[in-house]
Amino acid sequence: MQMTRKPSDITTDAKSGEVLHHEGEFIINMGPQHPATHGVLHLKIWLEGETIKKIEPHLGYIHRGIEKMCERLSYRQFIFSTSRMDYLSAHINNQACALAVEKALGLEVPPRAKAIRIILAELTRIASHELWWACSGLDLGGVTPFFYAFREREAINDIMEETCGARLTQNFIVPGGVMSDLHHNFQKRVKRVLTQIKDNLHEYDEILTGNIIFQNRLKEVGYLSREDAISYGCTGPAARGSGLSCDIRKLYPYDGYEKLDFDEIIFNEGDCWARYRVRMAEILQSVHIIEQLIDSIPDGEFQAKTKNVIKLPKGQFYQRVETARGELGVFIVSDGAATPYRCKFRSPNFSNLSAIPQMAQGAKIGDLVAIMATVDLVIPDIDR
Amino acid sequence: MVLITGYVKMNGTEINIKKTGFLKEYFGTIFTSLSSLLTGMKLTGYYFIHPNKIITEQYPDNRATLKMAERFRGEVTLPHNENNEHRCNGCQSCEIACPNGSIKIVTKHEISEDGKKKKRIDTWVYHLEMCTFCNLCIEACPSKAIVMGKKFEHSVYDKSQLVKILNKPGSKVMKEAEE
Amino acid sequence: MEKLHLLFVFSFSWLASHLNMWLRTGIGNSFLLLVTEMLIAGISLLAFLVILCFFLGYMERKVAAFMEIRLGPNRVGPKGSLQIVADTVKLLFKEGLTPDGSDKFLFNLAPFVVVVTSMLAIAPLAFARDFQLWDVNIGIFYVTSISSMAVIGILMAGWSSSNKYSLIGAMRSGAQIVSYELSIGLSLISIVILSGSLRLSDIIQSQANGWWIFKGHIPVLISFIIFIIASTAEINRAPFDLTEAEQELTGGFHTEYAGMKFAMFLLSEYINLFIVSAIAATIFLGGWMPFHIGNLTGFNHAMDYIPSSLWFFGKTFFIIFIIMWFRWTFPRLRIDQLLNLEWKYLLPISMGNTLLVSAMAVFGWYL
Repeated sequence: MQMTRKPSDITTDAKSGEVLHHEGEFIINMGPQHPATHGVLHLKIWLEGETIKKIEPHLGYIHRGIEKMCERLSYRQFIFSTSRMDYLSAHINNQACALAVEKALGLEVPPRAKAIRIILAELTRIASHELWWACSGLDLGGVTPFFYAFREREAINDIMEETCGARLTQNFIVPGGVMSDLHHNFQKRVKRVLTQIKDNLHEYDEILTGNIIFQNRLKEVGYLSREDAISYGCTGPAARGSGLSCDIRKLYPYDGYEKLDFDEIIFNEGDCWARYRVRMAEILQSVHIIEQLIDSIPDGEFQAKTKNVIKLPKGQFYQRVETARGELGVFIVSDGAATPYRCKFRSPNFSNLSAIPQMAQGAKIGDLVAIMATVDLVIPDIDR
Repeated sequence: MVLITGYVKMNGTEINIKKTGFLKEYFGTIFTSLSSLLTGMKLTGYYFIHPNKIITEQYPDNRATLKMAERFRGEVTLPHNENNEHRCNGCQSCEIACPNGSIKIVTKHEISEDGKKKKRIDTWVYHLEMCTFCNLCIEACPSKAIVMGKKFEHSVYDKSQLVKILNKPGSKVMKEAEE
Repeated sequence: MEKLHLLFVFSFSWLASHLNMWLRTGIGNSFLLLVTEMLIAGISLLAFLVILCFFLGYMERKVAAFMEIRLGPNRVGPKGSLQIVADTVKLLFKEGLTPDGSDKFLFNLAPFVVVVTSMLAIAPLAFARDFQLWDVNIGIFYVTSISSMAVIGILMAGWSSSNKYSLIGAMRSGAQIVSYELSIGLSLISIVILSGSLRLSDIIQSQANGWWIFKGHIPVLISFIIFIIASTAEINRAPFDLTEAEQELTGGFHTEYAGMKFAMFLLSEYINLFIVSAIAATIFLGGWMPFHIGNLTGFNHAMDYIPSSLWFFGKTFFIIFIIMWFRWTFPRLRIDQLLNLEWKYLLPISMGNTLLVSAMAVFGWYL
């Protein structure tokens, strides 16, 4: 209900004359400490009753200058720091950096290393989506789903621990391949996890997907049109829920995704419910990808021969990959030295966050939580 | 009695208009809602009466039997054999490979029996508080002198306790690892 | 047989009458006698409520844990049963902070208002055969009117905190409790129509030949379900916990409370949980009435030997468990969906249901 406003109802800043807020509106600061922002995101929200008028994201609470740090790290070293951006797809971030270096060097990665990378990347994607599912249930008030998803996620993390040595920030990828060969239990355990996931996925549907309260919280909430998704630069499941085909694994295949059979999941509704279903279907697609590879990992080297000190030729190199949240781009400017001259990461979460004010126009406070849950923000990736 | 129900999306375009009997839809909604809620309750109820499905790891209690993964990266260690000998010859590759300066190797020159000057480690300083367990030092070591340890309970009351000297006092480098 | 007689101690009526006789011989003045009895009743009720809240807190954690495939508290005391005591001690030692800019008087008063209003509603409950604090002739009316006062404490807390999250939570609570009052009232009315009395003891007596949930066929079953849903909303528990909605409002109306003042809100939540379950058990499941099947005399006698207090608490805890089961299964509703549920579904259905029940009562379509 829009009421006509008198000039006296508007509060302006004394110095700049900027409109601060209107009478009847009030501003709440969601974050930097708030249970639903999953980190130190700060959203300034103009409210009229329960209805959101305007949102202004404030960033920078977890800016660590990773891009600047990379300028003094060698091409072997800078990979580890990207694990700290989108920590839920740490492995895929590392893969992007390694791919960029390999592209610059013109290095051919052995097929075994490629297969290992893809399997681990898809496991990371499943683990990330499991965590997203757990947290979106938690954000909407259901605590129990969290533990069901973590049961499967723990099993994946155990595999990561066994093969890579770390559970979350693996740093298993080096330019030219992977750090070490697979653990001898790897194939057995991955198969066990895949069956566990497929067996337990029906529980996810029973407790959350099919639940009428949950569906009503997501349906027709947080609408993002295809045009808006393009203009805000949204990628990943957030954009695929709006009918935008943007899966880098299909459009610009890397590391042998072109040989694999999988579908790009696209829903056209553009609401939270579509984004939710995209991710749920992607879990199954990732399972399908791993199933194709797990029995036919090629033999051979797991790492190509590289020089001790990697020096990239002069020039600019860009490589993109599909992380669990969208398109991650790694842009390296090299002046021929052993460290990058400039390193820039195009992070998916930053663009996805910028669409949230648009999605939340006229929504309720409870809807904002649902929107943030289905866009699946990882705050350290926004600030870097 | 037929009533048109539909909804309009936020950008103003109508997308879903369906015609159904009002009463049929009304009670149909109640029925599907209740059954969806009961499905969820059935699942939680199933786990409530099946305590054997509990997956919690009893961490401090299972310390004795806790087995870390083979490649687990807990801390950098410099293994010594029974003669107090290690394999590090002080080449400093790990120090160069470390992305955040957690390793500092102080070397000294020793005169061996045949009168040659040889580079040996004096102190092998490991800053656990800065380490990110990226495994690059282990990869870089040419003589396989350092390995990742399995210990993960690193909490201490003071940061200075995390600065460790890995070579034991009076230790020597193994014969086969020299140079 | 002796052991069976001992069990009757748990029916409390023996205890109450002996205490009364003993006091009567000691204190001649009838006014003093009344005051002493009231004091004893009040103190024992307070002690009972505190122990009850400890137990409910423990039960909630364990129920939640087992539904979430984990163990729950298991460190303090046997099987973690003293965890809640440890938590209370912790809360006692915490600083009871009153934020700057808050309305200090109302801020400090609100927790007490909330607790007192929830404790008041316990007065007309019959815990066992002939064991009732106050058998008032308008029992159900009293309970419903007292329970709607809970919103005052919550509004007070939300308003005086001088915090916008608290204010939104309090306002949501206002909308929620006012709406759900209607359904609660209508579902209780259906039993009042059938039993013909507002007095709780009469309602229990009317179920001597069968509980209303069995006697009243489908309409009473519908009232029962509506009562459970609406009372879950009335006491602000998930999936209707919009007033504290942690993920949206960081704690809602009690965001600014700490220490013992916060514990008061927790206390009142559990007392409310007990009360609505006890009311549901009394109205629909026969209170302390044992379970009887038709003419199976042997079975009925065996059921009679179970003390009446156990019947009452058994039924109450069964309903408490169901409400906890809701909480640990469902996600939260949105505020407009919450009001839709009440005004578009629960209220019309309970109105139609009241009509059915009235017809049943008029034509005597129950046992």
